[in-house]
Amino acid sequence: MDNAITSTGMTTDPTLYPPYTPAVHEEHEHAVLPQHRHHFETEEQQREAGSFGMWLFLLTEIMFFGGMFFAYLLYRNWYYEAFVVASNQLSVPLGAVNTAILITSGFCMALGVWAAEVRQKGLLVVMLLLTTFFGFIFLGVKADEYHEKYEKHHIPGASFSTAMFVNPAAYGLKEDPLSPDMAQKTQIFFFLYFAMTGMHALHMIIGIGILAWLTLRAHRGDFTSGYVAPIENFGLYWHFVDIVWIFLFPLLYLINRHPLK
Amino acid sequence: MAHQVVHTDANDPQNITNPEHAEHRLITPLQYSLVYVALLIFTGATVGAAYVDLGWANPVIALGIATIKGVLVILFFMHVVFQSRLIKMTIAAGFFIFFVLITMTLSDYVSRSWGLW
Amino acid sequence: MSTAIGNTIVSLPDQSTARLPKRNYINNEHGLLSWLLTGDHKRIAILYLISITFFFFIGGAFAGLIRLELLTPQPDLVSSDTYNKFFSMHGIIMIFLFLVPSVPATLGNFLIPIMLGAKDLAFPKINLLSWYLYVIGGLFTLTALVLGGVDTGWTFTTPLSTHYLNTHVITTAMGIFVAGFASIFTGLNFIVTIHRMRCPGMTWFRMPLFVWSHYAASLLMVLGTPVLAIALVLVALERTFGIGVFDPTKGGDPLLFQHLFWFYSHPAVYIMILPGMGVISEVISTFSRKRVFGYTAVAFSSVAIALFGFFVWEHHMFIMGVSNYSALVFSLLTMLVAVPSAIKIFNWAFTLQKGSITFETPMLYAFGFMGLFTIGGLTGVFLGSLGMDIHLTETYFIVAHFHFVMVGGMLMAFLAGIHFWWPKMTGRMYPESLSKLAAVTTFIGFNLTFMPQFILGYLGMPRRYHSYPPEFQVLNVLSTAGATVLGVGYMLPLLYLGWSLKYGAIAGNNPWQATGLEWQIQSPPLTENFVETPIMDHEAYDYEWLANKTKHEVTTVG
Repeated sequence: MDNAITSTGMTTDPTLYPPYTPAVHEEHEHAVLPQHRHHFETEEQQREAGSFGMWLFLLTEIMFFGGMFFAYLLYRNWYYEAFVVASNQLSVPLGAVNTAILITSGFCMALGVWAAEVRQKGLLVVMLLLTTFFGFIFLGVKADEYHEKYEKHHIPGASFSTAMFVNPAAYGLKEDPLSPDMAQKTQIFFFLYFAMTGMHALHMIIGIGILAWLTLRAHRGDFTSGYVAPIENFGLYWHFVDIVWIFLFPLLYLINRHPLK
Repeated sequence: MAHQVVHTDANDPQNITNPEHAEHRLITPLQYSLVYVALLIFTGATVGAAYVDLGWANPVIALGIATIKGVLVILFFMHVVFQSRLIKMTIAAGFFIFFVLITMTLSDYVSRSWGLW
Repeated sequence: MSTAIGNTIVSLPDQSTARLPKRNYINNEHGLLSWLLTGDHKRIAILYLISITFFFFIGGAFAGLIRLELLTPQPDLVSSDTYNKFFSMHGIIMIFLFLVPSVPATLGNFLIPIMLGAKDLAFPKINLLSWYLYVIGGLFTLTALVLGGVDTGWTFTTPLSTHYLNTHVITTAMGIFVAGFASIFTGLNFIVTIHRMRCPGMTWFRMPLFVWSHYAASLLMVLGTPVLAIALVLVALERTFGIGVFDPTKGGDPLLFQHLFWFYSHPAVYIMILPGMGVISEVISTFSRKRVFGYTAVAFSSVAIALFGFFVWEHHMFIMGVSNYSALVFSLLTMLVAVPSAIKIFNWAFTLQKGSITFETPMLYAFGFMGLFTIGGLTGVFLGSLGMDIHLTETYFIVAHFHFVMVGGMLMAFLAGIHFWWPKMTGRMYPESLSKLAAVTTFIGFNLTFMPQFILGYLGMPRRYHSYPPEFQVLNVLSTAGATVLGVGYMLPLLYLGWSLKYGAIAGNNPWQATGLEWQIQSPPLTENFVETPIMDHEAYDYEWLANKTKHEVTTVG
């Protein structure tokens, strides 16, 4: 081993340390752009660091929702009958429409990232606005569903009522009545429903707040001169929120339609 | 379309010499649209399947389709196909720990009512 | 090694001419705002150091009150409710506000970028945000404390915390929730920095072991903490709305809370101890003038501890009514963690073998760590075995066990690290003889405090009670006496380190003749750490490289 402090032996093999290779410098000659932070060697390094950091944050989100997913799995197995009838109180058409709306919103976001990459300012702003628009529609439908639960006294807490599950015939439902004890357990389903969709909606509201700010900056032209990282990383967040819903939809709305006897 | 385009660097097709770095590549709007249409079709399929009584297969199909949709979003909307191995490993690690949380906790609940010693 | 002069390796510059560097990170900017809005990882480390010291002494005061109450068998100092608040606040403050951020947020923050040859962490603003979140979390906890405290114990066990207590559970839980995000952001920043910011030539197996152990701890912070967050959110919702998810009368399972809580809180134990192990690796190597024996094994054992840490949490719940079969599996997996921990201890012991050992203060603390951590770890194996656990859990045995690991292990490592890098952080040496006295006092006080607790626990004295049968008094008096000595041991560094800020000897770049990159730059460092990006051309702990370099420097200067 060469012990001189500034041995050049290590730098002659560029493939070993690509963030520092001359090739990268030549490709991206904008190392002096204002968004470039001083402690990164190259903008490529900065961009990859940002995206990696965002992914790590999303891992924490997976684990955050993971606790609730496990609670759902556990209680669905314990209180199967209650979960079946409670789940049937949710509207599949509304859920399906909302899924499509959210996927559309995600699609617009993906196109927005592309627009920023190819430096089309107008398209980027339009796409961000569309993303926001579909986000609001989703939340609107969700609010409507929440309101319906409120009217039916299906919000857990003091005003929660199991009448509909103990005596379904009186409400025009075809399901078999539950014992009062099991009917109490529908409250756990509704709590998990509100906790999971509520936490999901909270993420969307935060996301829409960030979107508004990003749209303003995009309109100023901040993201269409080669600095795409904020749009790209926000896109990751938005798609993650989509994925959570993609799993919530079947778990809460679909898988309990045909109970095993 | 997966395997031919996964390579990230002309000199490093398997992303081995520096797994933390990947050449930056774009997904075209056409590809996005295809994924979008696929996601809508899968949504329709999962709703349709929910209205048919398939017994134990209902939840399996619903969650299977959800997984496919999730993977599509991760791979294409979130650009993971073109990301470095580091990012792919990171995502895998996240789902692995999630899996540990579920299975190890279940190991208690599943066996709690078995015979007591 | 020719560098060892007499029985010390300390080599300071000529004090009559030596000055602190004109420009460094401390005097680079002036005013309070330049600190509160800084992005400099070194300044944030100092902010963290001040805040965790503040909380350490608050938590320590509660420990003192606990020991004072336990001096006599009768409940004569405080009521049982107040006593419950004492040990709850002691645990919450010490764990969430001191131990979890102790080494990572101070020494890790300060050193990881420098050890990697980088100018800063990957996300300086998120690093600052992390400190603010920590402070907000701390303020929530202090608010709860001032308003009357919380008496759930640090574990927030349901249904006690959700149904039976009228104290400030939600405020405290909010504090921990927010402080948890501080920890997530610190871990996230470290992982990205270690992956993306290494200087040319700094391969994974040239990184100091300090960095490896922080990498492992960061993985735990990022993957574990959110589960604690959701568990605390559910407790808050349960208290506020009575949602029933942990309420047996509504069909909920209180044990679900414990599963989620310990899924974080067991790995949290490794979040606390792993960075300390990193400190010990650096100190042992420097003061025995040898490369750490089995570098690769030590590096991978950190990652192994992190991984196994996720598979053992149920051993906190063996007597809580979990499945016997599942407990069997978790008990066996718990034994696995002993393997990487033992690898570390053995490798440090082999590093000492035939080394040129000198006994500066950091080394004394490191020896304290090795002995006390070994005892703490071995008693952990007792507790991990199902039969013993039923006898010992919820007794003072378990209190002694985790204090041996957390205080005897982590706090010793923290103090070793603070003394070791104090010259680098401040540019001045601490007073050597006084600090040796403090190290010895701490060691004696610690053993006197917690050794009797092993016996007490084995005899059956339960934890978390403020009175006990009179036959346990002798051992309890010993323990309280030890706590007094321990308190003196912790006050001393506060005083002499403060003194040394103004009057300490000028340290120079490398008082310990250590090999790390951080010792090759001025102390205190420049804001940008390095004048030009360094190129790592040697292995970590390469003392021959250092000797050659020093020789080279002398010839050029001469």
